[in-house]
Amino acid sequence: MKFALMVNEGPYTHQSSDTAWHFAKAALDQGHEIFRVFFYHDGVNNGTRFTVPPQDDRHIVNRWSELAREHDVDLVVCIAAAQRRGIMDEKEAKRHGMDSDNIAPGFRISGLGQLIEAGIQADRLLMFGD
Amino acid sequence: MSDQIIKRFMYINRHAPYGTIYPVEGLEVTLIGAAFEQDVCMAFIDDGVYQLKKNQDSAATGIKNFSRAYRALGDYDVTRLYVERESLELRGLSEEDLMELTYEDEDDDWAEKPSIQIVSGAELTNLIADQDVLINF
Repeated sequence: MKFALMVNEGPYTHQSSDTAWHFAKAALDQGHEIFRVFFYHDGVNNGTRFTVPPQDDRHIVNRWSELAREHDVDLVVCIAAAQRRGIMDEKEAKRHGMDSDNIAPGFRISGLGQLIEAGIQADRLLMFGD
Repeated sequence: MSDQIIKRFMYINRHAPYGTIYPVEGLEVTLIGAAFEQDVCMAFIDDGVYQLKKNQDSAATGIKNFSRAYRALGDYDVTRLYVERESLELRGLSEEDLMELTYEDEDDDWAEKPSIQIVSGAELTNLIADQDVLINF
């Protein structure tokens, strides 16, 4: 089965990112494909490498980055939602005159078309959030 | 653009327009998605029915009034907006309280037709079952 996931809530505040990550890992372990994970609304906050949780807690952002590295999962942060919330890659940071980018490894910033395409291409699009 | 696959997309709106960002960012998805030439409709349930309330005025909140953007849906070929009757009734609303949204039907000499259809929860259940992709906001 080819799955696409949509994560709509920020890390730590809400379980949606945890649940999506557990789902993705379980699906991959069972031989399914994750076509894409699309981060929208406050979900874009899952893609900042400036996240520093306490050491005895799970590192939600790094966990996604590792999943991307190990399984070549496409992690896409919505550009419009990211701009509202201060998530930038190098190109966006330069364009807006910021002194740094903050996007985490394995994530990329792109448009909402990537979500629609995921809905079209995947067998199932699953949403995680309120 | 995707190769000729046409799926039935339904955007389900469940939140009041200004308390959270879901409605306005959801509408952005619907409008962008319209460019992909899929079979698209929208549903409004629970507090989502407030999104279509006429005469919205958000000035005192400092939040942009985006309600006019719903009028653009017809031009984007999003012509079916299903509103659940029970959700309206529970909130003391009726069809007369909603914006008059229309589209021009190209198969009927561009006649102007209403986009909003009031449906029962049971009818909506059947419509939802017919979809390929459900996106909730």
